[in-house]
Amino acid sequence: MLQINNLHVALEDEDKQILKGVTLTVPAGQVHAIMGPNGSGKSTLSYVLSGRDGYEVTEGQATLEGHDLLEMEPEERAAAGLFLAFQYPVEIPGVGNMTFLRTAVNAQRKARGEDELSAGEFLKLVRERAKALDIDAEMLKRPVNVGFSGGEKKRNEILQMAMLEPRMCILDETDSGLDVDAMRLVAQGVNALRAPDRSFLVITHYQRLLDHIVPDVVHIMNDGRIVKSGGPELALEVEQNGYADILAEVADA
Amino acid sequence: MTVQDAPEIEVREGVDRETVETVASMGSYKYGWDTEIEMEYAPKGLNEDIVRLISQKNEEPEWMTEWRLAAFRRWQTMTEPSWAMLNYPEIDFQDQYYYARPKSMAVRPKSLDEVDPKLLATYEKLGIPLREQEILAGVEGADAAPADVRRVAVDAVFDSVSVGTTFQDELAKAGVIFCPISEAIRKHPELVKKYLGSVVPQSDNYYATLNSAVFSDGSFVYVPPGVRCPMELSTYFRINAENTGQFERTLIIADKGSYVSYLEGCTAPKRDTAQLHAAVVEIVILEDAEVKYSTVQNWFPGDEEGRGGIYNFVTKRADCREPRAKVMWTQVETGSAITWKYPSCILRGEESQGEFYSIAITNNMQQADTGTKMIHLGKNTRSRIVSKGISAGQAQNTYRGLVSMHPRATDSRNYTQCDSLLIGDRCGAHTVPYIEVKNSSSRVEHEATTSKVDEDQLFYCRARGMDEEEAVALVVNGFCRDVLQALPMEFAMEAQALVAISLEGSVG
Repeated sequence: MLQINNLHVALEDEDKQILKGVTLTVPAGQVHAIMGPNGSGKSTLSYVLSGRDGYEVTEGQATLEGHDLLEMEPEERAAAGLFLAFQYPVEIPGVGNMTFLRTAVNAQRKARGEDELSAGEFLKLVRERAKALDIDAEMLKRPVNVGFSGGEKKRNEILQMAMLEPRMCILDETDSGLDVDAMRLVAQGVNALRAPDRSFLVITHYQRLLDHIVPDVVHIMNDGRIVKSGGPELALEVEQNGYADILAEVADA
Repeated sequence: MTVQDAPEIEVREGVDRETVETVASMGSYKYGWDTEIEMEYAPKGLNEDIVRLISQKNEEPEWMTEWRLAAFRRWQTMTEPSWAMLNYPEIDFQDQYYYARPKSMAVRPKSLDEVDPKLLATYEKLGIPLREQEILAGVEGADAAPADVRRVAVDAVFDSVSVGTTFQDELAKAGVIFCPISEAIRKHPELVKKYLGSVVPQSDNYYATLNSAVFSDGSFVYVPPGVRCPMELSTYFRINAENTGQFERTLIIADKGSYVSYLEGCTAPKRDTAQLHAAVVEIVILEDAEVKYSTVQNWFPGDEEGRGGIYNFVTKRADCREPRAKVMWTQVETGSAITWKYPSCILRGEESQGEFYSIAITNNMQQADTGTKMIHLGKNTRSRIVSKGISAGQAQNTYRGLVSMHPRATDSRNYTQCDSLLIGDRCGAHTVPYIEVKNSSSRVEHEATTSKVDEDQLFYCRARGMDEEEAVALVVNGFCRDVLQALPMEFAMEAQALVAISLEGSVG
């Protein structure tokens, strides 16, 4: 599904290398987690994959189902099936959440040459999916993320994901700022979307989210590289011993 | 920074890209075609004979001719105002036609059936229903909802003359007079004499005085006491002829306890020379009456390099003459090369209310200096101003507003909210509020913000699959929401679409 090969990325404005050769393959149907200390390059990876300005790829490739991601505009990546759940979802005053969702869904359908959803079809779908995430009608009417609590914003990201039905979902620190109940809801939402033809890349600082969304593979990232990969037990190791031990062990090797 | 001050090199550097964009955006002003029709012009230029000729063409009584001539004589002593933040070449007022009418209109058609089919086709192409058909409110996707049938009476003004007014009979049954002002001058002289120039006097300002001398047509509305006008009224202005100014005059009188909602739309063909438009709208609102006046102004804005376009100098004013009169101005300004326009409210009656909602969008080389005046004269008067200015390209957008609380306007209130949005880094937004408070019990609040279209917002939208223009349109529509909500529904949808079209090519 997602293939990243020796990816090097620098900040455009300053001469600073953030990613220093990331190589990663996420096969279809799998959930991979990326863990790592602050500043290790986790969020940069998610932004570069989704096409945010301000980064320069100096070396390496990233493909989604064989298509060169780095050549595409952000909206083309979205239409190709890539989705980023933002760490800090953006507020858009005056634009109803529902309008936003519908515009996004139809923009992607149009880009893929599919018919737009009618108002009726869309409404039915959004109500059904919102309910599963405990998002009420009121929240659908409010402007996008404006005045939403931390938990509401993250649930809203998952709702967008559920509506857009992407193939490759990247969750950037979706657990940050969530209490236990909100995290459970978000995890339920994500688990409900797990499917043989859909993959996840879950970026997180803490292990606790991975109790709810159990990964197939865990990668540890440090200083712009993936330094260790393993099964779910690797996340537990981080939880118990912190990053320092693992990083020291890698440095020794 | 004014447009003229902008270093020219900037344009030259990007000339290839801009040429491409120009070609790409040729389709974006979709009303830019013209109608080939035989026209009858008054000789070019302006003098007393031309004023008399216009009066005579309209078969006006002597008093009207004299009124025009008095205005013309005064105009000759006046100078063009220069305080607005607008920069344009000097206008040669002698190099204009002041009267142009389709030849087929020489004999006034008795009904729409007698109107030249070419003219009717023009309005059909513009999407303006001149047949008295019921128009469906095109509520997108309202699958389950029953079709909401709304009717709008239309007065269609083509260059200097009104070509027809629909639903006149049905309106007459309700006692509402809706007709071209030229007809009102002949048929309802007592009303015209009483109210014409009573809100915007002949001497008001340079362009209003010019209009008083040469206005050729426009709409007249009288709603009698206690009548709620049974349908929305609208005037559709089309400038077609070249080098011809359009000077229309609208007079609306809402008698005691009445209500009317009035819509105004305007378009013009693409021409590479600028054209002059100087209109006057006067609204008189008596006790307990209410008028809503909505405008979607979409005159040709000129091309990407600032060639052509309409110079729009408009004086609009409502006089809430008696207690509890209410007026609401809503404007969506997307067109014109130059906009000079300040729809105002005179809150004379006690507890009268004025509201002004405005969206002004300027792109490419457009310049707008627009806002409102709220003149509080009566006790307990209220006003509210919500202005949204959006600039893109190299455009300059100025909000200019006056809130004045007179000594007798005790316990009055004003709230002003003025937001500007910039797209790109070559445009400008300016806010010039004037506030005068001459009593101690009134309160004036003013809030202003200026922001740039947020890159994070655009990226968020694009990461969800919208292309850049779609993303900008969505964010800008959100920014304008307070004002869009104030528009009648069909207009709101048209305006929303217009916001997107006006900003085409503004990003990237």
